[in-house]
Amino acid sequence: MKLTLRVWRQKNADAPGAMSTYEVDGISRDMSFLEMLDTLNEELILEGDDPVAFDHDCREGICGACSLVINGDAHGPERTTTCQLHMRSFEDGDTIDIEPWRASAFPVVKDLVVDRSAFDRIIQAGGYISAPTGTAPEAHATPVPKPDADFAFEHAECIGCGACVAACPNGSAMLFTSAKINHLNVLPQGAPERETRVLDMVDRMDSEGFGGCTLTGECATACPKGIPLPSISAMNKEWLRAVRKVRR
Amino acid sequence: MTRTLWDSSVGKKTVMAVSGLIMLLYLVVHMIGNLKIFFGSGEFNHYAHWLRTMGEPFLHYEWALWIVRVVLVAAVVLHATSAYQLSRRDIRARPASYVHRKPRAGYATRTMRWGGIILALFIVWHILDLTTGTVHPGGFQSGHPYQNVIDTFSTWYGNTIYIVAMLALGLHVQHGFWSAAQTLGAGNAARDRALKALANALALVLTLGFISVPVAVMTGVVS
Amino acid sequence: MTDHPHYAHYGTGAPVVDTKAPEGPVAERWDTRRFQAKLVNPANRRKHTVIVVGTGLAGGSAGATLAEQGYHVVQFCFQDSPRRAHSVAAQGGINAAKNYRNDGDSIHRLFYDTVKGGDFRARESNVHRLAQISVEIIDQCVAQGVPFAREYGGLLDNRSFGGVQVSRTFYARGQTGQQLLLGAYQALSRQIAAGNVELHARTEMLDLIVIDGKARGIVARDLVTGKIDTYFADAVVLASGGYGNVFYLSTNAMNSNATAIWRAHRRGAYFANPCFTQIHPTCIPRTGDHQSKLTLMSESLRNDGRIWVPKAKGDDRPANEIPEGERDYYLERIYPAFGNLVPRDIASRAAKNVCDEGRGVGPGGQGVYLDFAEAIRRMGRDKVEEKYGNLFDMYARITAENPYETPMRIYPAVHYTMGGLWVDYDLQTTVPGLFAIGEANFSDHGANRLGASALMQGLADGYFVLPSTINDYLARNPHHDEVDASHPAVEEIVADTEDRLNLLLAVDGDRTPDSFHREIGELMWEHCGMARTEEGLREALDRIPRIREEFWRRIKVPGTGDEFNQSLEKANRIVDYLELAELMCLDALHRAESCGGHFREESQTPDGEAARRDEEFSYAAAWEFTGTGEAPVLHKEDLVFEYVHPTQRSYA
Repeated sequence: MKLTLRVWRQKNADAPGAMSTYEVDGISRDMSFLEMLDTLNEELILEGDDPVAFDHDCREGICGACSLVINGDAHGPERTTTCQLHMRSFEDGDTIDIEPWRASAFPVVKDLVVDRSAFDRIIQAGGYISAPTGTAPEAHATPVPKPDADFAFEHAECIGCGACVAACPNGSAMLFTSAKINHLNVLPQGAPERETRVLDMVDRMDSEGFGGCTLTGECATACPKGIPLPSISAMNKEWLRAVRKVRR
Repeated sequence: MTRTLWDSSVGKKTVMAVSGLIMLLYLVVHMIGNLKIFFGSGEFNHYAHWLRTMGEPFLHYEWALWIVRVVLVAAVVLHATSAYQLSRRDIRARPASYVHRKPRAGYATRTMRWGGIILALFIVWHILDLTTGTVHPGGFQSGHPYQNVIDTFSTWYGNTIYIVAMLALGLHVQHGFWSAAQTLGAGNAARDRALKALANALALVLTLGFISVPVAVMTGVVS
Repeated sequence: MTDHPHYAHYGTGAPVVDTKAPEGPVAERWDTRRFQAKLVNPANRRKHTVIVVGTGLAGGSAGATLAEQGYHVVQFCFQDSPRRAHSVAAQGGINAAKNYRNDGDSIHRLFYDTVKGGDFRARESNVHRLAQISVEIIDQCVAQGVPFAREYGGLLDNRSFGGVQVSRTFYARGQTGQQLLLGAYQALSRQIAAGNVELHARTEMLDLIVIDGKARGIVARDLVTGKIDTYFADAVVLASGGYGNVFYLSTNAMNSNATAIWRAHRRGAYFANPCFTQIHPTCIPRTGDHQSKLTLMSESLRNDGRIWVPKAKGDDRPANEIPEGERDYYLERIYPAFGNLVPRDIASRAAKNVCDEGRGVGPGGQGVYLDFAEAIRRMGRDKVEEKYGNLFDMYARITAENPYETPMRIYPAVHYTMGGLWVDYDLQTTVPGLFAIGEANFSDHGANRLGASALMQGLADGYFVLPSTINDYLARNPHHDEVDASHPAVEEIVADTEDRLNLLLAVDGDRTPDSFHREIGELMWEHCGMARTEEGLREALDRIPRIREEFWRRIKVPGTGDEFNQSLEKANRIVDYLELAELMCLDALHRAESCGGHFREESQTPDGEAARRDEEFSYAAAWEFTGTGEAPVLHKEDLVFEYVHPTQRSYA
């Protein structure tokens, strides 16, 4: 396959960026999208150019590092992570636009690499259960009804890639935040911090500069792990409940 | 608690949802009232007069109406202010758009902001036209709403403004009602379809109900 | 950087002795050690700084726990977030001797299975402690909200794994590693928010600071700004994972690397059993030269899938057109008793053998069929889908083939490294104050790791072992002199790091970092992979110095060191692979026996099985660094088996 790539190039956080055009040839349909970019980078290095910087690590769709907007879609045309996207999803001769996640809470570090530490700070604000090592009771002391355990797991699957923010026209982190809140708040172990967790995490989400939710549903469409849109409603319910219970 | 609500994006969204639902409730009542026009001027004018005597003798003349008006004005102000502030936050959160753009969410979703502005302008015109009579065509007669309505819908611009606004209303309600349900925590996977269907039904009934009046005037069914 | 033909002429030094493991009954040793270990007064703990490198299961849990105890923790990860450490990718599960199934499991059985599974090359004391702690790990993780699979009664579900006869594996669908890692990450996040952990993300350790023989800090590079900085502490904990990426293609993450442990080795920490590598039989084969990494599929597939290749060499007909009579179900043929369910190392080697005979399938002939046609006939497609649907989907996504209709193709791939820095019972390396936990150390798996045991060991080390044993070191070394970047030894280490990076940038040759990584990887896979021979290993030992020399002549790293430069990061890691590879080959050469994942063709039974030579090799080989390309010194730690007596494995 022969392809034309238009890639966002930006030297560093402060430099202006622009799309640059590259031609790549000899691309196999079996290559993953990132292996296609590896091929481009090998050529760029040998030509003395700066290779395209992009985040990636496990290449199995679970670490959440890869983060490309491909032809306007976060993680590209398939419902998966960028690393699990293969070139057979494209046609010979295609022009492919590759851009970084765009949100003011995710500033560009270089080229296609963005800073997603705002997500870590949202978790730090309350996305945990306070159970210092050594304090745990016997695991079977508290049974968890299977539907609750399944609900928790469905939300715990979030890989923190940020596609939800990238896809949202408002740069909102509601889907990410709701996933962690729903995971922990439904479990009996999470109950003691149920109210403070949702209030603190939503506060943090706001102060990091993420936008609000207008229920466009883009986040859930882009999510490679299928976190559903109603998760946001469940978080709103938790938040309203917490506001009623906690008088500050 | 009030502070928390107004300080948080989720709280502001709640304010928007609640104020929106208040207006929506009002619109349903308003629409049903409008349909009385099909039963002749006597019944329609009588109904309009009843709106002023509603609640008597416990309430004084027009008190009930004023209470409704105050609540509505508060709802409009809260709805608009929170919408404005949330929109500003949303735009700040995504300062640069993608080079490769794709049309995305449904039309109703994408037009919430412009639709809201159209509706705000419509409300101003609507009040000046049929409540105060300031911009009413052909001599506003207080106490004769039947004739006033027919006057308005006898002009091409009156019909155009009204019908465009009601279409915008339909779209706004379609996404707004569903959205409000999500904001208030009523959404879940099982209920999703039912809520969407209810939103569509509300939007359709309101739009058709409101538009039936100018159409009836235009076609001579009501005269 | 020069050719050293005499690298293989290593010397043998004094035996290395684990002075921390207490005497007495094995079941009481951990309690004994915890009682003997000195403690640090809670009020004094905040005066101690501990550096933790890595945020995977071991590092994340250790950082969180040390901070909970009151220590000041400074933690590093090269990823943009601690949540991305490669523990996240573990699929299957975590073992624990809870005996919730009442099926005869016990701490002693888990201990026994692990020592035996490791082919009698692990330390009994350590393994027993691991089995003891396994039950506490499950309690801890459940309390943190890890959503393990549950049954309708609300209690935890278990499954069996990797040929053991009890159901002791706890799991969270196919994402157990992710869920356990998020638990540790959340605990760590809580401590970061509390100000007890100072996290440096996108910061990579490039060297260890050793002053007066003690580990006192690290040199690390901020990967965004390129700034090289020094960080000081009273103890340093390496939790930087394994070194499988020496092979270029492995199931490791792209950025997993050996630099932290290799630099520590260069500064005096012994490296133990470097040749012990686990090769997992059921991975998706490579599709071409562009392949950047390999993806594992759970070995549970072997429960119902039948493995075969064509009987004839070079038979390139599509699988479905090859008649039954022309197929060779080689595992069922060679191992009638265990069939397709032989252990990982045996399944892997058999696949290699048939491919070497020219009977492999798929691109490059590097694959064997894993066929579910019979299972679909027997159980029905629905049942197969219910059991393996997610794995089939993953396979289909990567290969664009439908495994319900055509057989899957699989091939073994490097998956885990049992070797690592030598540590004593306290998990302390031979450099006082330097600890190694998780896959970075060599301690618990011997020559072969059992399925679902890596997660157990990482969390045991991080949550329970290290936070107890490090107290002893800190209590005995209470008030270090303040050291800072102006110390002459520190200046020298920093200059060393800067020189190395500058040299990489200055060569400006004509080969990319990846081209060297691929070359060394292919060499290692060929000669130090699934089957090793003296001849092959000697050839590799001959070639590695030459590749190293060529590397320093022809490497091309674009850009500068003062910016985000992924090529520079990669090139610097390859510098260390080019040295570690040599030690791995030497270790494989010196260990003239087969055991676990280490198969020397010269040492096999008449049936072609691995033949251990206990009388000569019942020891852990701890290597001391003497210089790049210089012959290292071997220190043996004798292994004593008081409870589990070595036997020969047989599966035929």
